[in-house]
Amino acid sequence: MYEGAVQELIDELGRLPGVGPKSAQRIAFHLLAADQADVQRLVDALHHVKERVSFCQTCGNIAESEQCRICTDPKRDASVLCVVEEPKDVVAIERTREFRGRYHVLGGSINPIEGVGPEDLRIRELLGRLSDGSILEVILATDPNLEGEATATYLARTISPLGVSVSRLASGLPVGGDLEYADEVTLGRAFEGRRRIESG
Amino acid sequence: MWVQALSLTDFRSYEQLDLEFAPGVTTFVGMNGQGKTNIVEAIAYLATLSSHRVSADAPLIKSGSSSAVVRARVREDERSVGVDVQILERGSNKARINQSPVTRARDVLGIVRAVVFAPEDLALVRGDPADRRRFLDEVGVQRHPRLSGVRADFDKVLRQRNALVKSAIGRPRSSIASTLSVWNEQLSKLGADIATARAQLIEDLRPFIRSAYESIAGGAEVDLRYRPSSPRVQHEVQTVDETLRERLELALDADLEDRADDEARRGITLVGPHRDEVDLTLNGLPVKGYASHGESWSMALALRLAAADVLRSDGVDPIVILDDVFAELDASRRTHLAELVGQATQVFITAAVAQDVPVELSGARFEVHAGQVSGA
Ligand SMILES: Nc1ncnc2c1ncn2[C@@H]1O[C@H](COP(=O)(O)OP(=O)(O)OP(=O)(O)O)[C@@H](O)[C@H]1O
Ligand SMILES: [Mg+2]
Ligand SMILES: [Zn+2]
Repeated sequence: MYEGAVQELIDELGRLPGVGPKSAQRIAFHLLAADQADVQRLVDALHHVKERVSFCQTCGNIAESEQCRICTDPKRDASVLCVVEEPKDVVAIERTREFRGRYHVLGGSINPIEGVGPEDLRIRELLGRLSDGSILEVILATDPNLEGEATATYLARTISPLGVSVSRLASGLPVGGDLEYADEVTLGRAFEGRRRIESG
Repeated sequence: MWVQALSLTDFRSYEQLDLEFAPGVTTFVGMNGQGKTNIVEAIAYLATLSSHRVSADAPLIKSGSSSAVVRARVREDERSVGVDVQILERGSNKARINQSPVTRARDVLGIVRAVVFAPEDLALVRGDPADRRRFLDEVGVQRHPRLSGVRADFDKVLRQRNALVKSAIGRPRSSIASTLSVWNEQLSKLGADIATARAQLIEDLRPFIRSAYESIAGGAEVDLRYRPSSPRVQHEVQTVDETLRERLELALDADLEDRADDEARRGITLVGPHRDEVDLTLNGLPVKGYASHGESWSMALALRLAAADVLRSDGVDPIVILDDVFAELDASRRTHLAELVGQATQVFITAAVAQDVPVELSGARFEVHAGQVSGA
């Protein structure tokens, strides 16, 4: 244990995802030794992100106003929707430049162990977007792991009866992983080879 | 296939051990607790990625260390493959083939194939259904390494489904019906893969176990039957053919549907390969609870011998590991076992007393004393 303020910082850093106690300690001492100006920039960045950034009211992606840049971009194809788990998946798919439609971010996947059911995801919002008939195709791009598959299956069953064409990213993605870790070429190819899910 | 070189780092009692082997028989002799089993356990670990003695990996890591490494050079005809597995105290194990890291440790399955005979084998006939399921799946994974991933996925789906069913105790079933059917679909798919492999394996084992039992203990009517936990699945496995997997998937889905109310009350998954049993019988009577100690032992040996025969009939010649088994057997069983395993390309034997090992199996010999292994 360290003196009050240092230990507080270590504790806070240790709460961040992917930061263990050792890394938390290393980062804390790095900040302690760093220039005041460098630390101030970090403080400002943290402030700004909470002040300015929120979630797009339409798709759930990260946005600096009510709607994100993709939802407000008139050049994007409004008839195709790609459903992903997290905002970071939007970034991964945007990198491939294969997709010109819009997104819907669920905020996770069905995971009973962690107490996440369909009602905890932005599925009602998704069905709302599909209700006016302007969206013709939905591409399910949840993670290629068991929870992602379960979520995709659930969505396919829920959406297909609405008469919207539903497809799932082609296999070939490394199974069991996160979408964001797939390289651009593989992810791009998965988009081209997406397979239609038969309604029924 | 045979292991030419084995290196252990912080594995069990060994900080560092480097050994070279030849095809044929290799025997480790030494007093109790000197580290003989630890060596053959490492070889077997490469074949199944689990120990034949303990279900968790933690005891395999030398106490005081945070990781262990098992490294081997494996020869198959003229080819030579290097494989190493790093067993980690925390996080998933890592593995490499010819120095290149593989995505998952289980990608190395299939390089080493082995059948282990050990005193613990008595549990195959006397123990819980889980012991027999483990036996089937271990052999199954060596036949079809893909099954290892299927097993891992099945376990995850089962945990998710159990969590869901449990969360719905005391609530109307409709509250989880739509997500439950999604997990049912996955459970049925993966469960059908597992049950199909088991049903096929049991068909393939049956003739071999009969002849193995006959040669060890003399004529008796030996049978083994797969007894899945739910009625439709049980009905389907009576006929093993190319349509089995498909039929099992439908049967599992239907049985899950039938038990939904019971499951909702008890909060666990009641249908699936995690509840299957294998019935072993001798002259029409269950082995468990009826067979004598000697008969039980003969049955356990026959199961292992049959497993080796099945792998051989698939076209791979498994390494045979005999861990401390001769001390348990009378002279005639020793001789028969020696004859049956003598044909394997490579055999590893551990024994506390050299005289327990039949002369037919004399070969290279190492003395193991206080963690020191020396050629004799
Ligand atoms: N993780 C570990 N770290 C350190 N030592 C260990 C570890 N696991 C086992 N050992 C030691 O290894 C020894 C057992 O070795 P092993 O089981 O190979 O004996 P053995 O020669 O086969 O004996 P036996 O003839 O009784 O079967 C024990 O002394 C045990 O304490
Ligand atoms: Mg031993
Ligand atoms: Zn948006």
